[in-house]
Amino acid sequence: MITIKELRKSFDGFEVLRGVNLTIPENKITFIMGQSGTGKSVLLKHIVGLLKPDSGEIWFKNKDITKLSEKELQKVRRKIGFLFQEGALFDSMTVKENIMFPLKEHFKMSKREMEKVAEELLSVVDLLPAKDKYPSELSGGMKKRAALARTLALKPQIVLFDEPTTGLDPILQVSILELIKSLKEKYNLTCVIVSHDLGLAFKFADYIAFLHGGIIIEIGTPEEIKTSANEFIKKFIESALL
Amino acid sequence: MNPFFLLGRGFLKILSDCGGIFLFFLKSLIYSFSPPYRFRLLIKHMEFIGVKSWLVVILTSLFSGMVTAYQVNIALSKVGSQSILGGVVALTLTRELGPVLTAVVVIARAGSAISAELGSMRITEQIDALKIMAVNPIQYLMSPRLWAAIFVLPLLTAIADLVGIAGGYFIGTFLLHIDPGLLTARMIDMVEFKDIMSGIVKSVFFGAYLVTVCGYKGFYASGGAEGVGKATTEAVVISTVGILVSDYILTTIFF
Repeated sequence: MITIKELRKSFDGFEVLRGVNLTIPENKITFIMGQSGTGKSVLLKHIVGLLKPDSGEIWFKNKDITKLSEKELQKVRRKIGFLFQEGALFDSMTVKENIMFPLKEHFKMSKREMEKVAEELLSVVDLLPAKDKYPSELSGGMKKRAALARTLALKPQIVLFDEPTTGLDPILQVSILELIKSLKEKYNLTCVIVSHDLGLAFKFADYIAFLHGGIIIEIGTPEEIKTSANEFIKKFIESALL
Repeated sequence: MNPFFLLGRGFLKILSDCGGIFLFFLKSLIYSFSPPYRFRLLIKHMEFIGVKSWLVVILTSLFSGMVTAYQVNIALSKVGSQSILGGVVALTLTRELGPVLTAVVVIARAGSAISAELGSMRITEQIDALKIMAVNPIQYLMSPRLWAAIFVLPLLTAIADLVGIAGGYFIGTFLLHIDPGLLTARMIDMVEFKDIMSGIVKSVFFGAYLVTVCGYKGFYASGGAEGVGKATTEAVVISTVGILVSDYILTTIFF
């Protein structure tokens, strides 16, 4: 569904991505793993066109995203959802208004219809009682669930998650990932999750890709990754199990 | 560090900022002509920039008119020309003080808030979230603000002119005991329609300028909470200095 070819990106002379090659399978959960600061979020932001690469290609539905104009990108972005690390909810709007916002922008719906859709989505993420609260009144986990509901409002085919479990306790981490998995089944989504939590990846991933030294050093199912011969991956797994 | 390097770097930064601000203005303007048209946001920002600033504008212009009348009278009394006080005060206010003071008040009250709000949206990724939802962030955040300032600044300037002149009239008649008829007559003789319009035209330019500079600084803020603070300070300083410099340039063009 998404194919990344030889993607390179530098910041202030430091090359973060050094020729990333990756194919993200359709209707699966793919974890992108690696150490902090290796460019996982940078890679994710390239997929949705928030960053322009120095060179390389990102193919989505026979279109190279890196070559699209801002106007053409807008059409692609309606098919790709993105869940920011902190949610990025509009703090001047209530939770319900946040979810109604993309509906108001892209669909001709009455206010009542938009409210109905927003409430349905909030029920899906189990956040209906907080519909009239402002983001500042929500906990970290609630913010992420509200942001997920907003992401789903545009009915994306792919959802990119930037560290969706960071800052949450272990029980909430699992509940967020269970929610993602159930939403993937319900809406037939392709999910890409950036994380450095190996335990969660082994439990929820269909595929795991390892980013190290600016390139994808290995991609495989959790079982394949567990038995990888790559020294870095072996060390990563050992450290995670300590 | 080499002083020439520092000087060159500073100069390049100014050039890059000027180019960036101009492009930002053009984008805000051009995107405003493509749908969706955001009339509700336009009204909301007109209320924020205009309605919520009128009291400060009235207070500022009233006392500026009063102090101008007082000081000008001291100078005029030395040459025995106190009769033209009303005209001088009115000219000063309509041509210069009205539009400049209004713009400075709006920068302090609304410009700084715009910069801080957009800066905060930038660092919390709300601007990126707009992009992700296929909403053009400049069209959504800036275009309505640009037109709101263009519509509202002339109205505020007209209020400032009127209140400032009233303040000068009050000082002239009640404190300096100048004949009210003479004061008004000189005012009518000396102030032409062109003088009033020059101030109004200036205010249109100032409105577009201050919103663009404050919006630009906030929109491209970086570096967390400290970065937002820095962007807001820069926005206020650059837009205030720019208003004073451009006022001089516009005055030389108009007169």
